[in-house]
This record gives sequence, structure tokens and C-alpha cells, in this order.
Amino acid sequence: MESLINVYISENPLSIDQVYQGAVNETCGGICLFIGTVRNRNKGKEVTHLDFETYTPMALKEMKKIAEQAIEKFGVKHVSIFHRSGYVGIKDIAVIIAVTSVHRDACFQACQYAIDTLKETVPIWKKEFLEDGSYWVGARP
Amino acid sequence: MIHIKCFGIAKEIVDSELAKIEADKITVADLRKKMNADYKAFTQINGYMVAVNQEYATDDQIINSGDEVAIIPPVSGG
Repeated sequence: MESLINVYISENPLSIDQVYQGAVNETCGGICLFIGTVRNRNKGKEVTHLDFETYTPMALKEMKKIAEQAIEKFGVKHVSIFHRSGYVGIKDIAVIIAVTSVHRDACFQACQYAIDTLKETVPIWKKEFLEDGSYWVGARP
Repeated sequence: MIHIKCFGIAKEIVDSELAKIEADKITVADLRKKMNADYKAFTQINGYMVAVNQEYATDDQIINSGDEVAIIPPVSGG
């Protein structure tokens, strides 16, 4: 019996193919993959890299809750959520979400729900490094 | 004694991965008061949640010595 939920936090680069292979399902006609990458500018400043800190056991629990809610709300077959920790360079992958469903509408909606909710609830923190300093994103007014 | 895990900006404010409060039992609201008094910088960030045993806690929840407690500043994954 294949797993319907797969959540993972890794210090090492994420593999799109690994996430895809874990999500593909013979009963489903669509997989929606969201890949979050690191961009080189934010708020007019040049970004050199990010550093992600994670409260790993709680983050995995919250990621699992999101996957369960996505399956419950949208009737999708499978949800994978993979997130990086540590140093992540420009263009590198910070997060991959894969949602598999019988028809495409459900997987698009569930994938959007998963990334939006992850950004609100999962205890992961992004430190953004600029040429002239660094700061915790969203921490200060 | 209650040990409090600190992440992100909270770790920088406390200057440690772990803060301590001398109590066996305390509400989340009182823990916030104590932390905000001990470390004024907590009142200057965009707030924080408190997690007890890896679940988000409400202000009236009671923390006992031995619980896993964490300060969760605004998250920014993704």
C-alpha cells in the first residue's frame, strides 16, 4: 500500500524526480508540482542566499496536518511536501509540493492551499542574506 | 524549571537556543509576560506563538515542568 502523505525536511538539495516518483499514481490523471526557488532580489536589494532554520519535529507534524487537510478538503489522492533546511543558494529549490488527483482541478487547488498554509503555520524561518547584512524575514515591523 | 526552545529571531534575542523560567507550572500568558519582561526585544517584533509539546498553544493553556515548550516567532518558510 503506497503512502498517501509524504513530508520531509532535508539539509541536502531536493530532487524533483524523487518527489514526482513518490506522487505518481496509476488511478490519477494529474500531478501538480509547486517548486519554490530562491530569487536574487527582494525589496530592491540583492540577495546572496537564504538560511532556513526549522523546528523539525513540529514542522513535520504541521506539514502532515496540511497534507491531511488538503486530502480532506479537495479529495486529492496524494500530497508530498518537501522543504529544505540550512543554506539555500540563488535559484536553488526551497520547497517542493506535489499533489496527485484523478482530475486536474482538485490538484491545482490543493497545491495552492498547501503552499499558502505552509507559509502561515509551519515553524520554519528564513534568514535572508544581502550584500550588506542579514535579517529574519517577517520578524520585525 | 521550564525550558523554552528559541528559534529564528527569538534565538538571537535570548542569545541561546534555550531560555529557562523558574516555575513548575505557568500559563502561556504568564510565560509571555515573563519572557517580555526578561527580554524587552520580544515586544518589538511582530509577535510570537508559543508551542507546547509541538502544538500551537492558547494563552490560557497551562505549561507544566517537563513539557516541551517553544517560542515560535513569525514563520517564513516556503
